[in-house]
Amino acid sequence: MTTTLDHPSYNFNVVRQFTVMTVIWGIVGTLVGVLIAAQLIWPALNFDTPWLTYSRLRPLHTNAVIFAFGTSALFATSYYVVQRTCKATLFGGKLAAFTFWGWQAVIVLAVITLPMGYTSSKEYAELEWPIDILIAVVWISYAIVFFGTLVNRKTSHIYVANWFFGGFILTVAVLHIGNSMVIPVSMMKSYSIYSGAIDAMMQWWYGHNAVGFLLTAGFLGIMYYFVPKQAERPVYSYRLSIVHFWALVSLYIWAGPHHLHYTALPDWAQSVGMVMSIVLFLPSWGGMINGIMTLSGAWHKLRYDPILRFLIVSLSFYGMSTFEGPMMAIKSVNALSHYTDWTIGHVHSGALGWVAMVSIGAMYHLIPVLFNQGRMYSIRLINVHFWLHTAGIILYIVAMWISGVMQGLMWRAVNTDGTLTYSFVESLIASKPFYFMRFVGGVLVVVGFLIMAYNMFKTIYAKDNSLKPVEIT
Amino acid sequence: MMDYGTLRGLIALLILALFIVIVIWSYSKKRKSAFDEAANSIFEEKIETEIKHTDKNNKQETNNNV
Repeated sequence: MTTTLDHPSYNFNVVRQFTVMTVIWGIVGTLVGVLIAAQLIWPALNFDTPWLTYSRLRPLHTNAVIFAFGTSALFATSYYVVQRTCKATLFGGKLAAFTFWGWQAVIVLAVITLPMGYTSSKEYAELEWPIDILIAVVWISYAIVFFGTLVNRKTSHIYVANWFFGGFILTVAVLHIGNSMVIPVSMMKSYSIYSGAIDAMMQWWYGHNAVGFLLTAGFLGIMYYFVPKQAERPVYSYRLSIVHFWALVSLYIWAGPHHLHYTALPDWAQSVGMVMSIVLFLPSWGGMINGIMTLSGAWHKLRYDPILRFLIVSLSFYGMSTFEGPMMAIKSVNALSHYTDWTIGHVHSGALGWVAMVSIGAMYHLIPVLFNQGRMYSIRLINVHFWLHTAGIILYIVAMWISGVMQGLMWRAVNTDGTLTYSFVESLIASKPFYFMRFVGGVLVVVGFLIMAYNMFKTIYAKDNSLKPVEIT
Repeated sequence: MMDYGTLRGLIALLILALFIVIVIWSYSKKRKSAFDEAANSIFEEKIETEIKHTDKNNKQETNNNV
């Protein structure tokens, strides 16, 4: 970070726009999450207003964090990395700007339509068909810009991060278009062309691969560029990264049925989903080890570099949730964990721990580079953010583990005569203290994001090159 | 004409074989130097920018001389 990197031939403008919006949507998405977490403790917080009810705000929260925050981070980093590693500017001229404005339009439409109650009722694919068409158009433009840049590259080799970004872009296009096939009956109402168990399978083929390709492969692309850059040493094993890529993309696509254990889905499909989910543990941990071991011989850097700490701790959370995931995909474990808060805890250790932390680390690396500074405005505030975020996640997932396992045990408990030991309300009352604990964790995460936004704007508005990199002695 | 189940079994075997080929290829001794180079390629840009920088200076000097 010692040189001015605003290479005149690179299109960094769109990268800057997506970077700033990543932080903004990070605040919005987590804030909505905190509001609905509070509603679970104090139901009066929906103020008896239909568009503030939990049922309508929950999809808004998931869409905001996955598609507004997470995907903006992916746009920003993929556009940055593909240009730097290919030594070529973005292909398609104004098409890159279109992907920014088009994607922001999708998010704004989600913010309007979801609270109004328009939904296809497919999880993580709630948006109605006109918005789905806009998503498809923006996404295909994204693919044209990204792959066009790859074609125009000045280097012979395609760096591994681009393979992960490319795999993610391609697969998400297929998933989105496949799962969103509907028959519209009016402007804001449609019905899936798939029916019954097939519709459920399509939905979770989409749903779990949104996790596998958007929330995993894409962010592994971030990992393979930003971890080595921030650690200032090449990735631990480039060969492992190639095996990692092919193993991950060929296995993830089969894991979807584990969302449908003990349902109308055929038993054999459930078993395939379970086995493939367990096998997935191998590429996941291969990748995690590859990322963490990049630091081997330079562990001391973690002591003074909070950005590196964000990146490395994100990998620990990645390792943790990719161990937990295969375990929860085992049918007998799933019998206990499914439909409980354990699932919510698992998702958030992946989302807040892996996805958010690796994005935040990459953003802290990127912001000074994009805005002609040697470093962020305040390194100390990055450190404060790190501890707030980490404490927030730990409170969150520990609360959900306890609450989830407790719910699972209470729901399955039967008396000797076969009747249920506990009523549903009794399990809700038992969960209440843990919902408060989760709420506190969420507040810490939001405060962290607000500090990040302050730090970002202070960096952007500082005089060019006035923030000098810190010399470590 | 083989049935659908056999075909699927063969495709699975084919993909497994392909994966083994990828593993052997990426861990072959011949590829090592190329991959080391690729792993270090993300650090090259710094040098490139510096060279550009000196180019610029040279240009300015020439302009001043004219």
